[in-house]
Amino acid sequence: MENQSIITIEKLVKRFPMGKDSFTALKNINLKFGTGEFTGLIGPSGSGKTTLLNILGSLDVPTEGTVHVLGKSIGKLSTKEAAQLRKESLGFIFQSYNLLVVHTVFENVEFPLLLLKYSKSVRYKMVMDALEWVGLTEKVHSKPPQLSGGECQRVAIARAMVKKPSLVLADEPTANLDAVNSHHILKTMETLNRELNTTFIFATHDEKVISYLRRKIYLLDGRVDKDEIITPQKSVAQ
Amino acid sequence: MKLAIKLAYRNLIGAGLRTWLNVIVLSFSFVVIIWLKGIMSGWDYQAKTDMTNWEIGGGQYWQENYDPLDPFTLLDSHAPIPAELQPEIDAGGVVPMLIVQGTIFPEGRMQAVNIKGIKPDQKIFKIPTQKLDTATDAIPAVIGAMMARNSRLKIGDLLTLRWRDANSTFDAADIVIVDIFSSNVPAAELSQVYMALDKLQEMMLLPDEATTLTFGESKENRSEISGWTLKTKAMLTKQVDEMIKTKSAGQTILFAILLLLAMLAIFDTQVLSIFRRQKEIGTYIALGYTRGQVVGLFTVEGTMHAVLAAIVSMIYGMPFLLWQAKVGWTMPVDASEFGMAMAQTLYPVYSIGLVASTVIVVTLTTAVVSYLPSRKIAKMNPTEALRGKLQ
Ligand SMILES: Nc1ncnc2c1ncn2[C@@H]1O[C@H](COP(=O)(O)OP(=O)(O)O)[C@@H](O)[C@H]1O
Ligand SMILES: [Mg+2]
Repeated sequence: MENQSIITIEKLVKRFPMGKDSFTALKNINLKFGTGEFTGLIGPSGSGKTTLLNILGSLDVPTEGTVHVLGKSIGKLSTKEAAQLRKESLGFIFQSYNLLVVHTVFENVEFPLLLLKYSKSVRYKMVMDALEWVGLTEKVHSKPPQLSGGECQRVAIARAMVKKPSLVLADEPTANLDAVNSHHILKTMETLNRELNTTFIFATHDEKVISYLRRKIYLLDGRVDKDEIITPQKSVAQ
Repeated sequence: MKLAIKLAYRNLIGAGLRTWLNVIVLSFSFVVIIWLKGIMSGWDYQAKTDMTNWEIGGGQYWQENYDPLDPFTLLDSHAPIPAELQPEIDAGGVVPMLIVQGTIFPEGRMQAVNIKGIKPDQKIFKIPTQKLDTATDAIPAVIGAMMARNSRLKIGDLLTLRWRDANSTFDAADIVIVDIFSSNVPAAELSQVYMALDKLQEMMLLPDEATTLTFGESKENRSEISGWTLKTKAMLTKQVDEMIKTKSAGQTILFAILLLLAMLAIFDTQVLSIFRRQKEIGTYIALGYTRGQVVGLFTVEGTMHAVLAAIVSMIYGMPFLLWQAKVGWTMPVDASEFGMAMAQTLYPVYSIGLVASTVIVVTLTTAVVSYLPSRKIAKMNPTEALRGKLQ
């Protein structure tokens, strides 16, 4: 299942300019991710989780080293090519949902398909399928302000999943949710991961999330501290 | 583009009150601009039509000494009617007019007037000249309503007219007002007295002479005649064009202020929404938009205010504009004070060009004003936009 490599990170360094100096947020990261992983980047606030996720999402570029996502070298892509990669192959889930508040649930989930220029009938079917996955078919005409936090995050998952991307990047998806909702969305994502073989990479420090992960990459101060692969029987430290 | 329009529409409608305030301000500009420009072209049309009907026909030949601004030229601005025009005059296609100076004495007061001799059977002017054929002891004369009002004259009034004939001999006779017409053209009414051409020629001892030769509208392309100056309609209505131009310049300032207000509102909305919607901008980018496409989206969104405004303008503006075209706009001041062809009530005339150019100019301006602040998005860092942490 987790055989083919989907992401290769080699000697990644990310520095942010800070006045005259610069701040190094990622220090010599080397990682490989395979298809179908359910992996978390775990670490305290400021450890570089979001920074790494942004680079994997082609929203940011490496300062040094190379990052290949789905065969594309992040940092060598033009803005158009990067947008193309996100549009076709990546799904994002954010801590604060980032739904378009004036649009209905249906329209929010439909958005990525509009960008991909699917026909109306195809879009309809795909959106309804995605809402089915997250159990929100009844709320299709609601708008985000009418939904609970858990429901909003499920809409966001549907939006990320509707185009069946190869890779979903979820940045602290449960941070604004209570335990019940957290478990609900995690189970949903776990099911989608199994059924569609979609790779999930989380940034989190939430124990509830960590308990679902099959691989745990601990970040500390911009470095990989530990990389554990959990198998149902035993956990193996690399 | 289609997607941008769809999204922009949803976002605008979703923004609610603010959108509608902008739209109403913009639509108000649309309606006011179209209405005022309509009044101007209505005035232009009315002034030129009235001048054609009452003063200048389709154009004129002036005896070469004639200058309407200098009454002294009237002493020798007359000449025999050119023989080459006689067939046209007989057919009614050209109307000769003899213009001389005289004095009338309404209620014992003395008033200098232009006496205009015109054929009673002419058809080019709307002046009721057929009344000049009335058989009376006094000489039948027709005047305009503005003159009647100023000199307190009415139909049936008898008054003394004094004139100096070609031999410089003073003579006097009684005239009777047989009709009063109303034309909106001060030059055709104020201090003008019309009587039969042959009667005036006889009184002046100027048989077969005239000062002006007016031709009909259908005969506008005329050749020069020696001793006479050709004055085309365009030349004779130049003062109208100049007046409209002056008035329009004043209006342009008003339009600029109106547009400026509307554009400030749009600009402000754009700046605010770009600032407030950073996360949304970041989300668009995460979902696969390039920053350029987001700039486009926000530009379309801003520009759509103008489109909505055009639709709203149609809803309330069209009935208003059509109603205005029907009942006209009555000026609060006395129109005859303007000293040029101006009706008391102006009927706006809207052309497709007028409406289209207004809509295009306002929409393009809105597009530019929407685009300028949106360029900021192109410089945004998407990760910072997503964090909503830009200043
Ligand atoms: N754009 C930036 N400019 C400067 N410093 C940044 C920027 N983005 C992140 N950082 C810094 O990099 C470090 C890692 O940030 P981040 O990846 O957001 O951590 P995490 O998601 O693990 O909490 C933090 O110290 C943060 O302040
Ligand atoms: Mg973070």
